[in-house]
Amino acid sequence: MALHLAIKEIWRNRGRFLLFSLVIALITTLVLFIAALAGGLADANRQFIQELEADVLVYQENVDLQASSSRLDQTTLRNIRRVNGVAEAGPLGFSTATIVFADGREAVDVSLIGVEPGMPGDPVLLSGSGLRNKRDRQVIIDSKLAQEQNLKLGDEIVIKSIQGTDEEFYTLKVTGITDERRYFFQPSLIVPLGTWDRIRPQGTAPTTTTDIVFNVIAVRLENPADVEQMLTRIPAAVDGVEAANKQQAILAIPGYTAQQSTLNTQQGFTLLIGVLVVGGFFQIQMLQKVPQIGMLKAIGSNNRSVALAALFQIVIVTVIGVTIGSLGTLLLSLGLPGNVPILFSGASVISAIALLLLIGPIGGLVSVRLALKIDPLTAIGVRS
Amino acid sequence: MAIALKTVDVTKTYGKDETAVVAVHQANIEVQQGEFVALVGPSGSGKTTLLAMLAALLSPTSGSLLIGGEELSRMTEKERARFRREKIGFTFQANNLAPYLTALENVELMLRLNGKLDKAGKARAKELLVRLGLGDRLNSLPNQLSGGQQQRVAIARALVHRPEVVLADEPTASLDTERAFQVVETFANLIHEQNRAGIMVTHDLRMTKYVDKVIQIVDGKITRVMSDPRQIEILSRTSNFEMAETDMAAEKLGGLFNARVEPVEVENLYVLRGN
Repeated sequence: MALHLAIKEIWRNRGRFLLFSLVIALITTLVLFIAALAGGLADANRQFIQELEADVLVYQENVDLQASSSRLDQTTLRNIRRVNGVAEAGPLGFSTATIVFADGREAVDVSLIGVEPGMPGDPVLLSGSGLRNKRDRQVIIDSKLAQEQNLKLGDEIVIKSIQGTDEEFYTLKVTGITDERRYFFQPSLIVPLGTWDRIRPQGTAPTTTTDIVFNVIAVRLENPADVEQMLTRIPAAVDGVEAANKQQAILAIPGYTAQQSTLNTQQGFTLLIGVLVVGGFFQIQMLQKVPQIGMLKAIGSNNRSVALAALFQIVIVTVIGVTIGSLGTLLLSLGLPGNVPILFSGASVISAIALLLLIGPIGGLVSVRLALKIDPLTAIGVRS
Repeated sequence: MAIALKTVDVTKTYGKDETAVVAVHQANIEVQQGEFVALVGPSGSGKTTLLAMLAALLSPTSGSLLIGGEELSRMTEKERARFRREKIGFTFQANNLAPYLTALENVELMLRLNGKLDKAGKARAKELLVRLGLGDRLNSLPNQLSGGQQQRVAIARALVHRPEVVLADEPTASLDTERAFQVVETFANLIHEQNRAGIMVTHDLRMTKYVDKVIQIVDGKITRVMSDPRQIEILSRTSNFEMAETDMAAEKLGGLFNARVEPVEVENLYVLRGN
């Protein structure tokens, strides 16, 4: 009975209800886009650390887990390798560089990352033979860069880097392609640590020293389940270091937390606006319907079916709106240029849609409550 | 004829102690099956309150209300809703119909509420609308119908589930005189045909033309019950209770003298002429 009335009413007023569904669709699009943007931005920031084949990251003490401030040396690396429970440890050096092209293509800024071949940080490859020697002029590129710049195994790329005040150019041979792992929004070039130390931008021209200073140590544990325990054991065993798991390292990326919380707040507010808009619409509609609901109750409809009919309507309109909005977002995202950092992850889309489906019933509760309170006496013009 | 509705000393008081207002005071009425009754009275007389109690919308403060053998005064709200959809047919002054349902769907709604929308019920709904002259408007929405047509749809809805009592709250309030008479006449005919008990609340005494009994309520008390057809005929013509009563008295007097009674222009003055 309730469903029948709800559907009849929607159908006979389909223009108005469709219009309102479209409002919900727009809210849905906005929420999904913000979620995708948050996902995309987060991903672009943290991809490298997320994908890193390591369990624990070790930083210099008192640098707030900032890779760019952290300085570690070979002695520390050796000490960490001796800590009980550490399977392997590899150095990571972070820097930036620019790829230039002879054919006049626009130069590409990249993250230049130094690793020790075979140690944590040296990525699993999709293709190619990978890095061999500490000082080889070899490079592993990520698949997205390879695709965008049409680079293949065996290609040579030219890196521009500032040494002192001079521009220096280095030629590197692509020996491996790994999955997409951007760092600070830039594609990664992974090179042997010696090479990294040689070509990274430096205030003074590089000196030949055997003891290369790098930023972070990536540690693979004998038992990955021991992460928490190792986070205290490593600093206890080795002087001057701090250990973090991947999640802590990601949260410490400059701007990451601020950016994500801004976007999450926006998403929260959009959902809140959704609740208020739905609530307002159905409340006003219910106020207009007071006489006819009074009539329905006077001829014997029970309270339950009147409230159910109101709820059904809200649910139907919300579901239609969210569906239109989701499909619209999908279409829009297909037409969006590739440099907009949006990422639709299954989990975030599902949770956003679940929240969106809830805004209807939550917003509509006020009007359902009003429907319950309408006195059948209003049908004969009596105000109780 | 069986009694469809009976009230015993029904009283409704609003408020308490010093601010208490007695809306209906010890009302006793009785309506038979197949009887069409007009409940009349000035506004504020308590007729709406009495109607609300008869419709199981309101519980009396004291007294007893029996409809179809069921005692209404002690019912819970849920029982009253059930009672209303099973035993009562209702038409209202305004907002009679669900605006998003067609004429036929509005009538069927009453059966749907009772979970009795079967083939026979659908046929009866249609038949009633045809009988009320709406055979070509079955699929019209309320806003495509005139006020009189809407009122007739409401009458069909009030009868379709064969209720014990049919209540009509000012059914002619928004109609012009001609249409008002048509609606009330059809209503009366259907009440008699279907052998239901019908109560029409009205402030328009002309509408008593088609009723079997007139109950007048003033200041919450039942002041007159008129069931003599000739008296009611005079009432509907003059809209004046006193005149109906004195006319009757004069006629009786004339009868005694075997004289013809002619009213004079001046109220309550009669000339008896010998034949």
